[in-house]
Amino acid sequence: MTAPTVHLSGALHGAAGLLIDHFDLILKAGQWNVLLGPSGVGKTSLLRLLAGLPTVARLEGRIATDDDRPLAPRVAMMAQDDQLLPWANAVENVTIPARLRGERADPARAAALLAEVGLRAELRRKPAQLSAGQRQRVTLARTLYEDRPVVLLDEPFSALDVVTRLKMQDLAARLLCGRTVVLITHDPAEALRLADHAWIVSRHGAAPCPLPKTPPPRRIDALETLAAQADLLRRMGLASPAQIA
Amino acid sequence: MVCFALAVAIWQLVVTLSGVPRFILPGPWLVLQALGGNAALLWQNALWSAGNLALGLSLGIFLGIETALLLTLSRRARWLLRPMLVVAQAVPVFALAPVITLWLGYGMPSKIVTIALVTYFPIASALFDRLMALPPGLRDLAHLSGANRWHETLLLRLPHAVPGLISGLRLAVVYGPLAVLIGEWVGSSRGLGHLMLMANGRGQTALMFAALIVLAALSLLLWSAVEALARWTARRF
Repeated sequence: MTAPTVHLSGALHGAAGLLIDHFDLILKAGQWNVLLGPSGVGKTSLLRLLAGLPTVARLEGRIATDDDRPLAPRVAMMAQDDQLLPWANAVENVTIPARLRGERADPARAAALLAEVGLRAELRRKPAQLSAGQRQRVTLARTLYEDRPVVLLDEPFSALDVVTRLKMQDLAARLLCGRTVVLITHDPAEALRLADHAWIVSRHGAAPCPLPKTPPPRRIDALETLAAQADLLRRMGLASPAQIA
Repeated sequence: MVCFALAVAIWQLVVTLSGVPRFILPGPWLVLQALGGNAALLWQNALWSAGNLALGLSLGIFLGIETALLLTLSRRARWLLRPMLVVAQAVPVFALAPVITLWLGYGMPSKIVTIALVTYFPIASALFDRLMALPPGLRDLAHLSGANRWHETLLLRLPHAVPGLISGLRLAVVYGPLAVLIGEWVGSSRGLGHLMLMANGRGQTALMFAALIVLAALSLLLWSAVEALARWTARRF
């Protein structure tokens, strides 16, 4: 599994017109690339385009990889809604992508991954018997089971309480290490904790964000993180690249 | 239970106070006597009707599920079959039952086909609607996993559509006994519908009511079975 660098450039158009004006993003191989911006700006549409999923948005531009191989078959995705089957237990939920492809499932490997995300005792539980954080752990185990080099995260932790969110961020940072991760979020604190590279996405394009020099996942209470967060909030209030510059 | 006892009491009170003749409205006691006195006759005819109902329902359920799956799996089948289904449903079964009896005779086959026709559409329709309403998150999962239409239907759409099947079954077990009556009224020499017609013709109103009560009990039994199935599937799906 070699994680590619992804080059995403162009302009994004929605059903009602321009969503994001010209942008040029180099999503670095094996690192966390974070797209930060308010809801409705078109972040999810960008992620769906990367995943090859149907969307009403249209990209006037290109998606390219540094190894010139197609991106969509190498992508796994974790979304805000957990995409779990309510009728299936945790192991079955982890193995469902393989079974959907007509492949033989490997329940032992699924159980080992669930144990790795801290759900050793919940293997046979269904989503309704799990907490929101546990459900996201199952989705993370499914993403790991797929073992794809590119992982797209669509605000996967936004519905969790603060403590669970911080734990999940640490877990995801540890387990997705070495993959090209694209995280979209509207939470500056989350971007600052996890990003190797981050951009503020707005109608005017995508402006790079300055990040603390410490490696992610960063301490939420570190002075430089807090200072960067204040700076980021200020920038998000003036999100046009021209204004930021 | 209290409501049932109250209804019986009101029934008896109406009969007693109004002095209505027993061939117009027999009292509950008379009906109970007719039930006891004709137990063997009622049992025999109930078995025949229940057998027709079981076979007709099974055929309706089988064809309904098959149709819903076919419509889900094939765009061409949707284009061809959906308008035909709607048109077919627009023709009342009461109008079709004499033709079915003419073609298939007075025996079991015409009853089974009548019941299957009545129960087929609600099952096919409710199941198909739910099969096509896969939540967007699960659609994305199928897409990202590279699922083909068959695996997507079998592993995602079908389990998701179980509540739709239960809704269809609820309607089917309500319409099923009605179809039994239609089939047996149009032409039959056995069954509860036939017994009711005969009793009515001979002025044996109490026996007619007794047959009606047995049919209602049969309906309730079916309804309870579907409710038990609904509770089980609600836990499982």
